[in-house]
Amino acid sequence: MKNSIYVLVLLVFLALSACETYPYQQGKILYTNFCENCHMADGSGLKGLIPPLAGADYLQKYPEKIPCIIRNGIKGEMTVNGQVYDTEMAGIERLTEFEITNIINYIHTSWGNNLPVVEHLQVREWLKPCEKNVKPF
Amino acid sequence: MRYLGFAIILFAIFNACQTSFEPKTLPILGEREAGPKGDTIYHTIPDFSFVNQDSQVVNNATFAGKAYVTDFFFIACPTICPKTAKQMLRIHDKFKDEPNLLLMAHTVAPKYDTVAALNKYAQNLGVSAEKWHFVTGPQAEIYGIADDYFSVAQEDATAPGGYDHSGRLILVDKNRHVRSFCDGTDPEDVDRFMKDIEKLLNEK
Repeated sequence: MKNSIYVLVLLVFLALSACETYPYQQGKILYTNFCENCHMADGSGLKGLIPPLAGADYLQKYPEKIPCIIRNGIKGEMTVNGQVYDTEMAGIERLTEFEITNIINYIHTSWGNNLPVVEHLQVREWLKPCEKNVKPF
Repeated sequence: MRYLGFAIILFAIFNACQTSFEPKTLPILGEREAGPKGDTIYHTIPDFSFVNQDSQVVNNATFAGKAYVTDFFFIACPTICPKTAKQMLRIHDKFKDEPNLLLMAHTVAPKYDTVAALNKYAQNLGVSAEKWHFVTGPQAEIYGIADDYFSVAQEDATAPGGYDHSGRLILVDKNRHVRSFCDGTDPEDVDRFMKDIEKLLNEK
């Protein structure tokens, strides 16, 4: 009986420490599935074709634009770290605002990025301009 | 004493592995046929003629006396192409000053990937046709030669972006023989592939 309590404590401890190491596990999985092909596992992008996410000034300057870009994609020129990019990005309409929040927070805390964590209510606000595509969850 | 014998056997086995699994030259890949005089006829890349991002003709003569790495892609590819391009770029950068190695990427979507589009794509990658050809041509010819490079290239409405193709990188020697290939989306496999390229370039 006593032993199983120890085991339980150990399991809880392991679970908690796992949380600490990977704070945005869902964001990481979604990133791998939907973003990584183009933005790369290390967020480095692809030369003048696909902008980086690691160390990107755009994330810091226009955080409010990111949720709609993830949901609806983006077309036309954009400047990231002084470089102009104009490869079209496809949106991922099926993502919920929670999933978008988790992806953003994964990006904000990975590859040396140290950007503020965003709340899903904030993301909901930022999604309003592109609301037509909001999916129920 | 017993242990000593055991150790010797183990040592011999490990040594055997090292010598037998590290051939000095790369194999020639593909099917072989017996020639009229009993000689071996190896799989050989057939004649081809495409047009690159600078509107220049690219054919077998372009690679005379040189090895090349080739793959299949399309610009609007939403899946594996950017990863593969990133690995091709690694190879490009590593062998930039090596005159005996060139790169060639075939578009599988010639309908959309015009010479102008390929030119812009190459420019955005920061590479030039002296080293890396982005070629287009009649779709059937591109899909046909993909077989010779052990690659897949086909139009498929159900595939993301409308085209299906493999992300393989293929190494061809100056005699038009395929000598190695790798998965262009896997950086570790590409590490191994780059060692193969060095091995090939060191062949006499």
